[in-house]
Amino acid sequence: MKSRRQFIKISSLSAAGLIFGGGLLESFANNLVKENKSYFKGPFDFKRTPTYCEVCFWKCAGWVYKDDNGRIKKIVGNDLDPNCNGRFCPRGTGGVGMYYDEDRLKTPLIRTEERGKQTYREASWDEAFEYIASKMKQIKKEYGPESTALFTHGSGGKYFGTLLKAFGSNNIAAPSYAQCRGPREVAFISTFGQGINSPENTDIRDTKCLVLIGSHLGENMHNGQVQEMSDAIDKGATIITVDPRFSTVAGKSKHWLPIKPATDNALLLAWMNVLINEELYDKEYVKKYTFGFEQLKDHVQRYTPEWAYGVTTIKPQQIRETAREMANAAPAVIVHPGRHVTWYGDDTQRLRAVAILNALLGSWGRRGGFYNPEKAEVTHHKLPAFPKPKKNWRDAMGGKYNLADLALASGVCDASIPSPDMDYAVKAWIVNGTNLINTLPDQQKTIKAIQALDLIVVVDTMPMEITGYADVVLPECTYLERYDALRISQGRVPSIALRMPAVDPLYNTKPAYWMAKELAKKLDLQDYFPFETIEEELDWELKQVGTSLEEMQRIGVKRLEREFDDLYFADGENVEFNTNTGKIELYSTALEEEGFDPMPVYTPHPEPAEGFYRLIYGRAPMHTFSRTANNPNLTDLMDENSCWVNPKVAKEWDLSNGQYVHLENQDGVISEFPIKVRVTERIRFDSIYMVHGFGHADKRMKRCFGKGVSDTQMITNVMTDPIMGGTGMRGNFVTFRTDIKKSEV
Amino acid sequence: MRYAMAIDTKKCVGCSDCVVACQTENDVPIGYCRDWVVEVMDGTYPQLEMELRSERCNHCENSPCVRCCPTGASHYSEGGAVLVTKNECIGCSACITSCPYDARFVHPEGYVDKCTFCLHRVKNGMQPACVAVCPTKCMYFGDLDDPRSEVSQVLKKRKYKTLIPEAGTKPHLYFLI
Repeated sequence: MKSRRQFIKISSLSAAGLIFGGGLLESFANNLVKENKSYFKGPFDFKRTPTYCEVCFWKCAGWVYKDDNGRIKKIVGNDLDPNCNGRFCPRGTGGVGMYYDEDRLKTPLIRTEERGKQTYREASWDEAFEYIASKMKQIKKEYGPESTALFTHGSGGKYFGTLLKAFGSNNIAAPSYAQCRGPREVAFISTFGQGINSPENTDIRDTKCLVLIGSHLGENMHNGQVQEMSDAIDKGATIITVDPRFSTVAGKSKHWLPIKPATDNALLLAWMNVLINEELYDKEYVKKYTFGFEQLKDHVQRYTPEWAYGVTTIKPQQIRETAREMANAAPAVIVHPGRHVTWYGDDTQRLRAVAILNALLGSWGRRGGFYNPEKAEVTHHKLPAFPKPKKNWRDAMGGKYNLADLALASGVCDASIPSPDMDYAVKAWIVNGTNLINTLPDQQKTIKAIQALDLIVVVDTMPMEITGYADVVLPECTYLERYDALRISQGRVPSIALRMPAVDPLYNTKPAYWMAKELAKKLDLQDYFPFETIEEELDWELKQVGTSLEEMQRIGVKRLEREFDDLYFADGENVEFNTNTGKIELYSTALEEEGFDPMPVYTPHPEPAEGFYRLIYGRAPMHTFSRTANNPNLTDLMDENSCWVNPKVAKEWDLSNGQYVHLENQDGVISEFPIKVRVTERIRFDSIYMVHGFGHADKRMKRCFGKGVSDTQMITNVMTDPIMGGTGMRGNFVTFRTDIKKSEV
Repeated sequence: MRYAMAIDTKKCVGCSDCVVACQTENDVPIGYCRDWVVEVMDGTYPQLEMELRSERCNHCENSPCVRCCPTGASHYSEGGAVLVTKNECIGCSACITSCPYDARFVHPEGYVDKCTFCLHRVKNGMQPACVAVCPTKCMYFGDLDDPRSEVSQVLKKRKYKTLIPEAGTKPHLYFLI
């Protein structure tokens, strides 16, 4: 039996002696960039190059400016870009820190054993690819090509995805689905026959009433949405915020409903009850477009505001008042579907309730509600047919989660843990741009899956925790140093954006497309990468939409014409929805067919035991997941998370502001590091709150190592959504351990 | 010409984009900042109010920092913007002590540094970096003497306050409330 993968915490790298792959070095000399002085008449006449941001998934397009010494100085938004309108968020502005971070991965690494201790040795690119290719061939021979998987949350995913499909596997998963927005997509598809996607098709700009349920816009800097919310505030829109925490946007809301956590469904059902019983719903819209109204009417009779009060702690009067407020604004009202919605395991049903409310208010397809987005269509060069995989991760799910329209990262992880009941297991992972240790809940399970693998390759720019488990680490250059696939976006207007290198890659780092192509050569799959360089591929694709690489280098973003004039439904228009009945399904026939409740119900969830508090986590505007935790510019704004505690709770535990405590969860897991207490009125007494993405355990990231607590470490109870396999993460309870000194853990 | 800035506390989400944009635009070293965000809470759960404001030098009309500077490094520039001439500054920090807004710091290179209203940009017809980047468009900059400027317009329409008016500094930062 092979030795277990030890998590390699301490860098084995010596400062000197980078090994370069002989003959594989490519020049990324950026000789295509042209001086274009007309665009910037400032005192500094910079050369600027277009990019789209890689710090989060919003992918705002912008310009990279350099100083007279050719060093990256700043990044600013591109005025033409519908995602950002010329304004980057703090993370995009601070994206320069990703490039300058001296803790970056610098050269390929291969796991090796020296005197019984595992360590990494520096390797040439050729050696690294040779190692990976021979392992992959061996896995293919022993288990079939389907036993490989790709986890990706970055732009390089396209190229590694092509490689994996060419190899014979379709296990391609992004944690942004089962750990984030998956339930929302399934709920909206089963209601309206159409998902929400990204950027969201919420018409916030023109809304009169924005209802946010646990969604903390402004703390999650989903740029376009935050901008439009600000426009809506200017125009006098009402904001209703449902959150156990007084979020930033709660501070801008007319109504803050500090709901008891895990009871949102009760409130949503009571709102339906009021809208229907007070006849406030859009009768014409409901009659014309929806299916199952009578069933819904009967169904919600028992969910009165008085009943909901006992469950949610929100007063009946306030439930009625807010329902009326929504109806008054209708159809220019948005009951916002949120984004990270994997909370309690009945999330698809909660999002179904959100979708149904929007249908009752007639906001779908209406100005100020939800518009119909159009996505840019770009033809990709035809590739040879991919081999058809005989198996995939779904074969390990026992027939569950059929409504999941994308692969589940947690499902692929589960399929990697061998079990006597399965004749299939995933044996190799390629992980690109996602720190699975801090992304998938239940870290022990993730680690168990990793231990059973024959190969794990991690492609990243930073020595994130996941790299410590890798057999091979491939250092990717940052988005500021590379070309990537085009950004092809949906929106009111479809658009495309180009990313090109502003500077040569630092150290011995490479772009993902180059890695995928070189690996393909080793695996005899080069026919799937028909272009010699990415510039040629981009130019070919751009010419299909009437532009060129040369033009895009000058403009960065191109807005395309809408093909259809259908941003909103026309008055009285007949609309065919992509559901079984062709209608908006208040009563879901698709869910019923799969054996689930056709209409959402309220299910009580476990509550914290005495002395325990529900762990709620969220975002800070200057950080993205755990990805930015070591970014010098962004840690300068926020370098650790804190634990928000209600003053009553603080008094009970004798906690004071700024004190450091350890946390222990319901399963006895004690946080690896202590966290700073923030005593604040902004949180309920039954919950604590922290920002996700801190508490890094890899010493190679010097700025963020040991700063704060990793919420993911405390999330050991996962409530899986039976409908689509989303991993509900808000059923965890923690208590304070003031007795532990830092050195004891 | 009197340059001024108005910050809409109703729209600011406290994201600190203004801080990073200023740092990269003006080469402010990491660990220092010329602008910052303040959060003020009021009330007890669940009756709460919160104000978020992006703050910086108030470019006061009656600036104690200019008055107390022994070398004349602190001075009024175009549009009344208060600036520090690097090579005239001896780093004595008298201005730092005199400023009621704590808007100045000693740059690691030894001189006192602060917000310049990005005059190098303004002179070229651009907005200050913080104003240009703000995702909520909560900041307005312009000339108070020009009634058509954005800042004059918004101050005409909206209620506002200044910070520590009792210090008598006549600040040029307005907070829309």
